[in-house]
This record gives sequence, structure tokens and C-alpha cells, in this order.
Amino acid sequence: MSTLEIDRVRKSYGHFEVLKEVSISIGTGDFLVLLGPSGCGKSTLLNMIAGLETISGGEIRIAGKTVNELSPKDRDIAMVFQSYALYPTMTVRQNIEFGMKIRKVTQADRAKAVKTASDLLQIDHLLDRKPSQLSGGQRQRVAMGRAIVREPKLFLFDEPLSNLDAKLRVDMRTEIKRLHARLGTTIVYVTHDQIEAMTLATRVAVMKDGVVQQLDEPQAVYDRPANVYVARFVGSPAMNIVPAVLEVQGSTATAVIDIARRPAARIAGITLSSEALQRYAGKKVLVGIRPENFSIATGAAPPSLTIDFDVVEPTGPDTLAVFQLGGVEVTARLPPKQAHAGQEAALSVDTSKTVLFDIESETRID
Amino acid sequence: MAEALSQSGKARLGRIVIYTCLLIVALLYLMPLWVMVSTSLKPLDEIYGGSFIGLPKVVTLDAWRAAWSQACIGTECTGLKPYFVNSLLMVIPAVALSTGIGAINGYILTKWKFPGANFVFGLMLFGCFLPYQAILIPMARTLGLLGLAGSIPGLVAVHVSYGICFTTLFFRNYFVSLPDELTKAAMVDGAGFFRIFWSVILPTSIPIIVVSCIWQFTQIWNDFLFGVSFTSGSSSPITVALNNIVNVTTGRKQYNVDMAAAMIAAIPTLVVYIVAGRYFVRGLTAGAVKG
Amino acid sequence: MSASTRMSSRLAAWLPRIVVAPSLLVVIVTVYLFILWTGLISVTSSKFVPTYDFVGLEQYVRLWATPRWHTAVANLFIFSALFLALSTGLGLLMAILLDQNIRAEGALRAIYLYPMALSFIVTGTAWKWIMNPGLGIQRVVNDLGWTDFRFDWITDPQMAIYTVVVAGVWQSSGFAMAIFLAGLRGIDNSVIKAAQIEGATLPLIYRQIIIPMLRPAMLSVIVLLSYIAIKSFDLVLALTNGGPGTATELPSTFMFSATFRRNQMGVGAASAVMMLMTVAAIIIPYLYSELREKNNG
Repeated sequence: MSTLEIDRVRKSYGHFEVLKEVSISIGTGDFLVLLGPSGCGKSTLLNMIAGLETISGGEIRIAGKTVNELSPKDRDIAMVFQSYALYPTMTVRQNIEFGMKIRKVTQADRAKAVKTASDLLQIDHLLDRKPSQLSGGQRQRVAMGRAIVREPKLFLFDEPLSNLDAKLRVDMRTEIKRLHARLGTTIVYVTHDQIEAMTLATRVAVMKDGVVQQLDEPQAVYDRPANVYVARFVGSPAMNIVPAVLEVQGSTATAVIDIARRPAARIAGITLSSEALQRYAGKKVLVGIRPENFSIATGAAPPSLTIDFDVVEPTGPDTLAVFQLGGVEVTARLPPKQAHAGQEAALSVDTSKTVLFDIESETRID
Repeated sequence: MAEALSQSGKARLGRIVIYTCLLIVALLYLMPLWVMVSTSLKPLDEIYGGSFIGLPKVVTLDAWRAAWSQACIGTECTGLKPYFVNSLLMVIPAVALSTGIGAINGYILTKWKFPGANFVFGLMLFGCFLPYQAILIPMARTLGLLGLAGSIPGLVAVHVSYGICFTTLFFRNYFVSLPDELTKAAMVDGAGFFRIFWSVILPTSIPIIVVSCIWQFTQIWNDFLFGVSFTSGSSSPITVALNNIVNVTTGRKQYNVDMAAAMIAAIPTLVVYIVAGRYFVRGLTAGAVKG
Repeated sequence: MSASTRMSSRLAAWLPRIVVAPSLLVVIVTVYLFILWTGLISVTSSKFVPTYDFVGLEQYVRLWATPRWHTAVANLFIFSALFLALSTGLGLLMAILLDQNIRAEGALRAIYLYPMALSFIVTGTAWKWIMNPGLGIQRVVNDLGWTDFRFDWITDPQMAIYTVVVAGVWQSSGFAMAIFLAGLRGIDNSVIKAAQIEGATLPLIYRQIIIPMLRPAMLSVIVLLSYIAIKSFDLVLALTNGGPGTATELPSTFMFSATFRRNQMGVGAASAVMMLMTVAAIIIPYLYSELREKNNG
């Protein structure tokens, strides 16, 4: 059993509040990703879970036990750092063994643990090297090995992939996912990279300015972002956010969006709760459309809007087409060769995936 | 073509001028050392005969022998030997203590920052630039009260007190560049304050330990002000004894012995400089170039 | 169990402060308390030993009425100005020349810098011998045939202070060179390349681009050399012993002889306070700006 409960936790330095009443709770075997830009408080929160920062208010419980007053070594955690933090003067083996030596693990048990971990991570041939003789990916593995031998209740990862090049980052991401599947240990993982969050997490907490914006499964965060901030942060290219006016017809709504020198776009068939329909009828709202929810209109999918493409960027598997909608720049992800710069096109929109936001509070309208 | 040729000719001329300038300056800088060494190897008559810059006609180690074990310092004619020993007895514990204390101070002021840590560092930093005349009188009184006046342990205490300002600066600036994650990782591994210092931080700091030792060694060995102010007679360090030998006013001045004595006082720091000059320069520039 | 772990974690939180405390105490006492103590003595009538009777600024009045102190202050200005200008100029020149891909750079650098490893007493002793009019440089030149060449500054009260400048520059210009060279090595090469592409000549590049970029190094050199100049004591003592007469007296030697030789502890303390204030006026703004820049950067 290794649950983690973060209960109304606060952190402030003097008058400056870094974290404002953060509450997150995850179960055994969960992979929680704390996602946000630098300065959002995610690393501070991780350090507080580790016991490397004091807690200004609230409680952190690991496996049901309050750990606020415990030092890092008594919290039964292991941590992998962004810079890997390998002890530069020790060999890989000594690095992995260091914590066990402090805990007075016997020589035989230490050797066994090192063997298991190095086999698992395929670093057995590196054990007698110094960190300076290793590549970035190898250092990363050693840092994970050092964490694994601890057999902790909780793994903490602090942006572990951000010092690796793009190719290696993808490989190591898979590696971490495999490790999680095999060990089943609860993980808290900090990153600013939304793809890492999407691919690794079972739960994502999107943070901004010391506040959790949304805590949910990755797909839910992607499909139903809690507010404009989350919508823009998760997904690449970002979700298009376009001002519109809402027209209500019975139990569904239509978002009407102005287009320069063209008839207004009408995205019809949006389902909303009856309160929302009542409240927003005839009002200005923000419409959120993912780039892949546009498509070239065909007979089956009648057009919602007609526009002219400004810029077209082929990426290989698909083409990103940029155009003006409602006074803002909008990107559509279309199949290859379907769009050309300067070309007029009729597009349809997958209404079931469209999200609406309040224009003032920028929160999602259901 | 012709233009290119003259261009490269000009460049060559430029190089020649640069090398000539550098060599002339180098010779000027080496001249005093050469004069010291050559004078110390000449018999006195040759010196009075007007041989200053030239090679010795007769090479003799008499002056060195005299400076080492016979020259008179005040009324005692023991040579520099006992004072050389005094300086060694002073410099070894003072260097070891100030470096050790500076290392742990630097560790605390970077990896265990507490409220006011920067202010503490500021207080110590100013100590590096203290004109020691401003503390001579109280220090003399205090050493007297502690019963350390005129003793080697007293001098060690003085050098450690002011040396920790420099050593703390060295180690602090070095440790600032070590990632904090290193200490965090060790804390998660269960290591405590001293364990992290011994097993993680100290093994990475060999270069700065060398810098600190060399700097402190040079400073303390070369010190004159504290030596002349707080010691007298047989407990003096070598710089004070050297100055006494040189300032003897009776009899025919033995310039060769003076120079040999100066060389004896200079050799330890020169050797350190030759062996580890790189680290010496780092110590010199540590106070100036931002960490 | 939880009480004891809490105790131990509280102790752990205080441990760094406890360990640094003795050093801090030593520094507070031997630097700051001792400065105050010197200040206190400077307002008493102390002579051979401290006596704690308040006499106001009498010792400062006496200090500034002493011709010898006026000589010392005047000498400090002459010495500092020349020492700074020559050391900085020579140091900068050598650094620039050494930065031209010189083959034996390491050896030359070592030669320029070795005087810094010597004690000022050794330097003073050596230069005293070199500038000895009877047997030193003057004799060498005379023997070469230029018989009325005179280099007797060391025995000439008007010129003696310049011998201190010569020895001081010899000892410290290598230090200036080392800092300038470090500064030059820190300059991004692409700046120079860009200027070359625009057709700037090398002297122009140095005057207009590189030397202005060395401003931080220049500041460090000037501040640190000023500090060396103000505390210069051993060099004067070994080279001229303050003489001839009082011709090369500096505040540092004045303070020492007043306190330990002439039983004027009060005057000595007053002169020490004057020295401290001069150093503080230079160093504190420097440290303040260095530390602030470090925190911002």
C-alpha cells in the first residue's frame, strides 16, 4: 500500500506564496505527473514530498502516515534528479550502494540489489566507471538504479529527461513507462513537457502559479480541459481558442464565429446542460477546437466554415494549415496534400469534441 | 601578390616586436632573482670588487652556510635555521586549520543556507580586506591576556582567525557551483550533515583545497606584520629574522649572506609556486573574478 | 518515537548554524570588536599601555599636527597613484601581448607572476641591493663607461619613495596581468571576428571594443591594488626602513612605529582608524556591488 495524499498544502517564502492550498490524492501504483511551466510550484511540491523543503501548511501523507516532520531518509522515498546528481567521485557501483551503506545493508544484500538493478537497467557493464565517463542516457539509468535499490514506497522524478537530446528522451520515456509497469511502484513525476505527461501518467495535475488547475486522467485533461490555460498548455499544436456568440436551438447550441470577408462560421450541434444553455444564450463565449478536429468538408461531414489558408506546414504524417477565424490565428491538422497556401477551403468541425469556455472566468462550460 | 607578401611581412614584423617586448619584460622580471642568486654565490671580495650583474668568478656556498647557521640575528648568532623551523611550526597548523574550517564554512554557507547566511558571509568577506593595523593593538593585548604573546601558537591563532575569511571565500565560491541536487540526493539516500560533507562534497573539492592550502601557505609564510608585532627574539618567524639580518649596521655589510638569507626565506614559496602555479593564480584571482 | 525523531530533526536543522558559530564568533571578535577597541583607544590618552580615560579627539588633533604623518599621507598618495598607474598599465600591456597566441605563454606568464609568490621582505631586500648606489645598477653603468650616471634614489630623500614604487610594481604588476588575462579569455571571440569582418584594425579593436569590455577586471585590479598600496608595510620596512629620515614613511609604518617604538599608542590607534576608513571607503562599495551583481546574475 503506497498511497499519497497532499492535503491543503501551502508553501510560502516570507510573503510570497509559492503553493496555495494544493490538494492531490493518488492510489497505489498510480503515476502522477505534475505538469506546468517553470515557476508554477511543481518542483517545490515535489521537494516537499521528498522532505527537502519544509511545509508551511497542510499535510502530506505517504501510505496513510503523516510525514510533515520526517526527514527525507525516514519517508521511504527515492528520487531521480534533473541533473542526475550522481556523486562525481564515486563509481557507478558506489553511487548505487551509497544509500544502502548508510542504512547498514549487509555486503551480500548490497551486491544482490546492485545486480538486480543493473540487470534491469542494463548497466552492469558500467558499474566500475565514474559518472564523468558515462553518456547522458547512461547517467540517467544509473540515477534510476540508485532509486530502485531503495525499494521505496514512492518514486519521485524531477524533470529527469530534460537534459537529454530529443531522440534519447523518447527512448528513456519508454524505459520509465516499462519500469513503472514492471515495478508497480507509485510515482510522482515533475515535468514541463506535456507529451511526457500524456504518455506516462495515470493522473495529471496541471499547475499554474501554485494552484492545481486540473487533476484528472491524461485523456480527460486533453479532451475536457478545465479552463483555457489547461487547454492551451496540453496538446501540440495547442487547442484553438476562438471568440464566438452562442445561439441556442432547443437542447443544442450553435457557436457563431466571425470570419473576415466571408459568411460567419456556424458550428452547430453543441450539447450543453440546460442551465448552461439558458445562461449563455446569445452571449459571447470562447470556443475550443483541437487542430485535429477540423476536416475538409465532404458529403458526410457538411461544412461549418469556409476560409482561406494563410500558411501550410507539411510535417510528414499530416499537414498543419493556418488560417484566420474570429480574429485569431487558428491551426488545423489535416491529412497530407489536402491544403495549399492561398487556397479556399470548406472545413467541418467535430462538434462532439468542441469545448466552450466562459469569456470572463475562462473556465469550461458544461 | 606583392601586397599579400608585404602584408605577411608586416605581420611577421609585428610578431617580432611582440616577442621582443615580452622577452625584455621577462628579463627585467628575472633580473632581481638572478642578482640574488648570483650574489649569494660570490665571495664578499668579489662583490666589493664591483661584480654585480655578472656570473660569479668563484662559486662558493659559504654565504648560504652562514645565512643558514651562523648569521647573527640581534645578539644570537644561530643563522636562519631556528627561524625557518619556527615558520614551519607556524605555517603547517595554521594552513591545516584555516583550510579545514574554511571548507566546512563554505559548505554551510552554500548547501545549508539559513536566514542571514549571506550576511554572515559578508561579515567574513570584509575580513579579507581588513588593514591589519586596525587590529594590531587589541590583538597584542588579547594574546597577552591569553598567555599566547610572543609564542608560535599565538601566531597560529592570529593567522587562523584572519585566514578563515579567505578560505571561506574560496570554498564558498567553489561550492556555489556544485549542484544543490547533489546534497539533496545524498539526503534522500539518508546521509546527514557530516556524512554529506565527508563522502560527497569533500572528495569533489580537491582543486579548491589545493588552492586554499597554497594561498594560505604563501600568505602566512610571507607574513611580516604579525610576526614583528607579536613575537620577539627566538620565537620570530623567518621574515622577521631575515629583516634583522639585513638591517645589521655594524661591520662590513655581507651582501652575499643577505642574498642567501633572502633566498632561503623565498625558496619554500617559490617551490610551491613552481610546482603548483596554476592553483596559485586561481587563489590570486579568486577575490577578483566573480564565482 | 515521533518525539525523538522530531528532536533529532530539529537538532539537524540547527547543526549548520552551530558548526559555523565559532568561526563567526572569531570573526566578530577579531575583526569587528577589535576595530571598535582600536577606535576606543584612539580617543584615550594611551601611551605605552592602554589607559581608558576619554580625551575626545585629542589624539586625532595630535596626529594631524605631526609633520611625520603629513609626510606619510603625502607619500601614500604619490606611491598609490604611481603604483596603481604603472601596475595597471604594465599588467594590461603584458596581458594583451600574451593574448596574441604566444608560443611560450605559460613560461612567460610564470615569469611575470613569480614575484607575487615572494615575501615583500624578500623583495625589499633584493631591490635594496640592486639600487645600492655603490655596488648596484649605478656601479654597473658607471663601469660600462657612463661615469656620471646616477641612480642613487634610495639615499635621496626626494627620490626614495620612487624606489618603493619600482619594487612594488615589480612585485604586483603580474597580478594585474593575471586578472586582465582572465578577463581577456572571457571575452567572446565572435565579437572580435565580427569587428574584423567590418574591417577594424587590431589596435582599433583593442581600444574600442576589448579594453572597454575589461571594465569589471579593471575595477577589480584597481580596488585590490589600492588595498595592497594602503597596507604596504613590509616592503617599505625592508627596502628603506621608512628613510632616509622619514622620507618613505607611509601610514602603515607610521602606525607601527608610533605604537610599538615611540609609545604613542593613542596616536597609533588614531592613524589605524584613518587607514581603516580609507580602505572601507574603497572596499565596501566594491564588495556591495560585487555581491549584488552576483545575486542578480
